[in-house]
Amino acid sequence: MLTLDRLLFSDIRRMLGQGLAICAVLACGVATFVMSTSTHRSLEIMCRRYYRDYRFADVFAQLKRAPNQLRVRLSEIPGVDDVETRAVREVILDIPGMVEPATGRLVSIPDDPQQGLNAIHLRRGRFPDPARRGEVVASELFAEAHRLGPGSTLDVIMGGRKQRLRIVGIGLSPEYIYAMQPGSFLPDDRRFGILWMPYRQMAAAFNMEGAFNDLSLTLQPRASEQDVLFHVDRLTKPYGSRGAYGRDEQPSHRRVTDELLQLRSMSVVMPMIFLVVTAFLFNLVLSRIVHHQQDQIATLRAFGYSSREIGLHYFKLLLVFVVLGVVCGTAVGIWLARGMTSNFAQFFRFPIVTYVIAWDQVAFALLLSLATAVAGGISALRRAMRLPPAVAMRPESPAHYHASLIERIGLGGFVTPVGLMVFRRLERNLRSTALSVLGMALGVAILVLGSFFEDTIDYVMEMMFQRAQRQDVTLTFNESASAHAVHDVRHLPGVLDVEPFRATPVRLRNGRRTKRLSLMGLEPQPRLFRLLDRNEHVVSLADRGLTISEKLAEVLDVKTGDRVEVEFLEGGHENRMVRVSSIFPDFTEPAAYLNRRELHRLLNEGERLSGAFISVDSRYVTDLHAEVKQTPAVAGITVTTAAKESFQQTIAENLRRMRTVNAIFASIIAFGVIYNCALITLAERSRDLATLRIMGFTRREVSTVLLGELAVITLASLPVGLPLGYWLSHLTTVVMDTETHRVPLVIHRATYAYATCMILATATISALIVRRMLDKLDLIAVLKVKE
Amino acid sequence: MEESRLPAEDDRFPNLSSTDSATTFLARGITKVYRMGEVDVQALRGVDLDLLPGEFVVILGPSGSGKSTLLNILGGLDVPSSGSVFYRDHELTHADEDELTLYRRRHVGFVFQFYNLVAGLTARENVSIVTDIAVDPLDVDDALRLVNLFERKDHYPAQLSGGEQQRVAIARAIAKRPDVLLCDEPTGALDVKTGIVVLDAIARCNAELGTLTVVITHNATIADMADRVVHLSDGMIASIDHNTAKKPAHELVW
Repeated sequence: MLTLDRLLFSDIRRMLGQGLAICAVLACGVATFVMSTSTHRSLEIMCRRYYRDYRFADVFAQLKRAPNQLRVRLSEIPGVDDVETRAVREVILDIPGMVEPATGRLVSIPDDPQQGLNAIHLRRGRFPDPARRGEVVASELFAEAHRLGPGSTLDVIMGGRKQRLRIVGIGLSPEYIYAMQPGSFLPDDRRFGILWMPYRQMAAAFNMEGAFNDLSLTLQPRASEQDVLFHVDRLTKPYGSRGAYGRDEQPSHRRVTDELLQLRSMSVVMPMIFLVVTAFLFNLVLSRIVHHQQDQIATLRAFGYSSREIGLHYFKLLLVFVVLGVVCGTAVGIWLARGMTSNFAQFFRFPIVTYVIAWDQVAFALLLSLATAVAGGISALRRAMRLPPAVAMRPESPAHYHASLIERIGLGGFVTPVGLMVFRRLERNLRSTALSVLGMALGVAILVLGSFFEDTIDYVMEMMFQRAQRQDVTLTFNESASAHAVHDVRHLPGVLDVEPFRATPVRLRNGRRTKRLSLMGLEPQPRLFRLLDRNEHVVSLADRGLTISEKLAEVLDVKTGDRVEVEFLEGGHENRMVRVSSIFPDFTEPAAYLNRRELHRLLNEGERLSGAFISVDSRYVTDLHAEVKQTPAVAGITVTTAAKESFQQTIAENLRRMRTVNAIFASIIAFGVIYNCALITLAERSRDLATLRIMGFTRREVSTVLLGELAVITLASLPVGLPLGYWLSHLTTVVMDTETHRVPLVIHRATYAYATCMILATATISALIVRRMLDKLDLIAVLKVKE
Repeated sequence: MEESRLPAEDDRFPNLSSTDSATTFLARGITKVYRMGEVDVQALRGVDLDLLPGEFVVILGPSGSGKSTLLNILGGLDVPSSGSVFYRDHELTHADEDELTLYRRRHVGFVFQFYNLVAGLTARENVSIVTDIAVDPLDVDDALRLVNLFERKDHYPAQLSGGEQQRVAIARAIAKRPDVLLCDEPTGALDVKTGIVVLDAIARCNAELGTLTVVITHNATIADMADRVVHLSDGMIASIDHNTAKKPAHELVW
């Protein structure tokens, strides 16, 4: 080993504390990065395998009723590999012990359930016997939510009759990784479940013999999805098809894709913050070391070491801590990724859980960290390399101080000499003061960033459930019902207000951009289901134009006043051009609304209704639910408050965890910054502090010089950190903007207060630790040692 | 540290390794002005000086007379503001940073007033850090033996007395077998007794290795050891004395 390398070890030992503090900050960044990229990779692989092994279809379509013979013609479409036709129906479930009814989706399975597309992975029990009545496989999450297992029974209203179903197996399907009731935007496993039933039994119950109403097919490699969609539409249109669509519009797949996308976005903002702080700290510490070791550098240079060799020496010093940080960060990241992957696997229910480490991303993290360290240390490295040996041999001329800003603006008289020492040094080392302040500010920003989500979700919940959607219950009818249905609904127990709606599948088109969705016809002045504009005023649907969500406007690239083509997918209606009359902000799926009467007019129909929003007197809720369970015409029911509560329960746990993790992260940053600042100040100030002690200052008074600087840095970081937190939160909302959901930027004052208190607390604790170190130091000894 | 990383020395210092040149250093009209804080310091005001191979030269002068500056210029740590300095056939005045580094690496050994040992390295390591980059160095242990410090080779600087530290610094300076040994107030921080031990070590190296040795000091007694004494005053050479009879270090008294 070369002696210079031995010197490296001695330098490493000397800056171990500071180096480890930087390592910890870097490791946090690497850990979040490795965690999110590895979890993402694992989920992607699991998802791909799941899709492949259980033959998840590529193209889907729902129709009214088509004869089974159509299947042959569908399989002849060029590019189609395999075709699966099924009967699918939504029914109301009556679950013992549950007041409100739940919605079940019955999905037919072939006689040999292992065959065909969208196959089921059986977790427990067995597949139903096609010859026996009422045997089903239930989806796992739903079964778990109700503690159902093989042998349990369920009452459903099927084909107008109440029937008892017997659960014989518990299963999963790639088609329902994310099972959500149509029209609701949150998954609710208690109130929505999938039940797989032999085709024969379903056909008998729903009068579907020899027919199907749900189609899925796979494509041959290199087949054009667009062409296949076109042919499927052509063949199925006469049978009431609502338009074929690809995987990218399959509800479960879209949600899973968006979750993955958001996970990906996590690997951007957080690691970036940590890397920036790492760069700051490397800059501070390395500058200090180079300054401190001027003599040593000069001696080595005098003996003929080249500036490159000196540069390399300090680069190696950086390298050691970078590698250490990356190794620790990777280890923690892999461990976190394991936990996170199994959490996701638990949430999504993959049949096989695989843990993958994205080693390429680890390598990338290493490179990025190195680049960060060099970016941070470059000025110090350069100084070390350019240090003229002769200048360093001369005694250092006393540092040039001048009156600080406080004195220049005439407040000097109010500040003690110790205070002046603090301010003058901070001002003299403006660059390092600024970096320390920025480092701390990023700690503050992380706290804001980690908490703003709660504010945002509160806001979304309030907007959606209290201001916009004020219905207590949403009923959907089996077939579109006549105006009588409203009358019937009005007479259900406890109903205070009824607002009927019409929903019909359409494809909206603007040039090459299209979007398939359910167009809702609403009352012109809705009281329950309302759309709110930016200023939270109710949007009127009085005129004939479309009201669309901002996301849809973005997807279609239209603005108010533009005209879009509406292709009605149900029945043989013509395409119409409709003007966009207003655009409103929304947080979930792209949506489009129209005046209900206008929709009827475009569809050339009388008053046909798809469902109704109702508000209910809370005293009669139980009666209402009991009644609805007995009503064959009602296909589905969504209870707003229940959905909201279940969502809040799920998310509250996640938010609490996120807040804790971010508090830890912020503490690590705050400690890293404070500890490094303190040590640097101590190194530069040791002679001054020792002199003060000799002059009779107490330890306590002397430590105020040091702690005073830390206090000023901490306080100065607040006005920088809070806006920075706002900006980073904004950045997060931008990266998290997907088609299925968006996050508005809402930050309450309480969140800023929380961030402020947390950082002050962390800074105080860090300062106390520094103070303890200071107490152990024999300051006066500094003066005894000859320079 | 590997040879290959440095420019090939023979291309740029074709004559450096030859010893047939009559003078080792030839300085003409050198001046040096540098800024310290906010003041300009005129350190040298036109110095002409020739130094011969194997000579023991003492440069004597009060503080501020420019002796350290002169030493820095001879050692390739600094360049003069004007004038020219030749090391053998090569002009140092126009050498660039890389050439000066190479010059110091191959030919110069330094001893500083405050030793400048690396605190984190042992005595032995402080020497080997220089032999690592030298072409034909002494054995590290031999270098320490030459200053009578072999037994203390595994001690850290903090565990050594001032005199011992300075002797380690001398071992470090001579271990590369330099052509020139430049000592800046080598006894300035030492008591008399220790100072003599250190001077003795320097004289031994000069005698045994035949190294041109330049010692700067403000202590006139040391001048008795020298072949020649250069008196520097206010940035100029006041006079040069030749000693007919050199005294060994242990006979010096101050």
